[in-house]
Amino acid sequence: MFRLFKKLVTPSSPSKKIGRGILVFEHTSDVIRAEKVLKAKGWKVAVMGPPPEIRTGCDLVIEFPLIEELAIIKTLQESNTSPLQVVPVTSALLNPVNIYTTRDYGDYLMVRAANMKITIDKKTLTIVNISGGGCPDVPYLAGELVGKQLSEAPHPGDIGHTLCGYALQLAYEEIKRQCSPL
Amino acid sequence: MLAVIGTVPDPSFPLVAGQVALHGEEIVIQGLRVRINRGTPALLASAAKICEALNLPAPFAYLAGDKGMGDGSKALYAHLEKDLKDRAFKSLVFHYLQPDVDWHDRVLFAIDEMSPRPLLIADAGFMYAAKMSGQALQYDLFTPDVGELAFLADELAPHPFYTRGFILHDDRRVPDLIQRAYVHDNAAKHLLVKGAEDYIVKMGETIKTVAAPSSPAMEAIGGTGDMVTGIVSALAASGMDLTDACVAAAKISRGAGQRANPSPATQALDIIEHITEALGETFSQKQSKKSISSAI
Repeated sequence: MFRLFKKLVTPSSPSKKIGRGILVFEHTSDVIRAEKVLKAKGWKVAVMGPPPEIRTGCDLVIEFPLIEELAIIKTLQESNTSPLQVVPVTSALLNPVNIYTTRDYGDYLMVRAANMKITIDKKTLTIVNISGGGCPDVPYLAGELVGKQLSEAPHPGDIGHTLCGYALQLAYEEIKRQCSPL
Repeated sequence: MLAVIGTVPDPSFPLVAGQVALHGEEIVIQGLRVRINRGTPALLASAAKICEALNLPAPFAYLAGDKGMGDGSKALYAHLEKDLKDRAFKSLVFHYLQPDVDWHDRVLFAIDEMSPRPLLIADAGFMYAAKMSGQALQYDLFTPDVGELAFLADELAPHPFYTRGFILHDDRRVPDLIQRAYVHDNAAKHLLVKGAEDYIVKMGETIKTVAAPSSPAMEAIGGTGDMVTGIVSALAASGMDLTDACVAAAKISRGAGQRANPSPATQALDIIEHITEALGETFSQKQSKKSISSAI
């Protein structure tokens, strides 16, 4: 029994915006890895878009409580995911899209997060298609995920490297959440 | 001749440039075989189908392996900066490349040295960079889906991932999004907006919409947008008026989709296989296929 169409929950962001800093990494894949490490240790961090003065293109940063800087940097060093820079937040950060849409095709279910869509066969929970996106890891991710069951497919966040890969991770988590056992 | 620039999701794939041939479920370039599933190979396969049917030269491609780290894309950008100025292409199509504004600008400078200047078409990652660079109007055609149109309409978003909530895509708001994209000069001269209803736009004015035949499952199928871009690129390279090419591409892709009778589990290749029949059907409504070739 699967509870498809669970009520959508907006992901929470850190409650306090003052006294916060950002961790800047070389690749989006490093951001995703660092986010995973920090969240596993219980830190309240959020993946955001960088402020204009340090934006280089399609990048992500991790927003964190500045007062925890030393401990967070130590945690990241221990996991070989040290940031390139640590910068206090002085201007507005871009919020990633956090609105999901779901489309029910009868035998199939599609979830979109930002510009990425994942579709599964509802009976077998097999990923049947990945669509959307424009970064070069999208065809790679599709090749790795399509044809596999949700439970055995690699996490897009683990093997993706771009914002499109990160968006696919969000869609993947959402479709897993909607299909999780009651 | 049509030239397509993009990536294949294999980091060991070398940078290659040459004409592309279709062999079954693969494209072949410089003796290297790439499966047609989605992304730039799907675009190339679709363009090759049109070129073959209309007796046009096979598409030329610049390809490099890149699975998202950006290394293959950077190598391609560097190669194009040196190579393009000595080439003569009817049209250039930029596709799955790691968005990088600095490299985008360097490639655009190289294009400025080409004579005659080719028709410029952008989709996917390179379209993101073109918009971010503030030089979208240098392009003749962008082929966004509705989500990417919302990104073009958001003057602050550097990537579709950051499109602000109040602009988020909604099929019913496409005309508003088109207007907003042009207000901030973030659209190309023409747009082919791919969605439940396709919009063909010239400098902010919607010239035509195409909504039939409709196969709702196509939204879920990866590579169908690449197919549309490949079809319109080949038609445009044939000399067809760009607006007419957009309308024809929308109809041909929908016709191919209908013939495949797709479910959300259908793969793009199963639809691409029907392009030639759909092309004939689209044009036979007005004239014979033979006269199309001579007309263009």
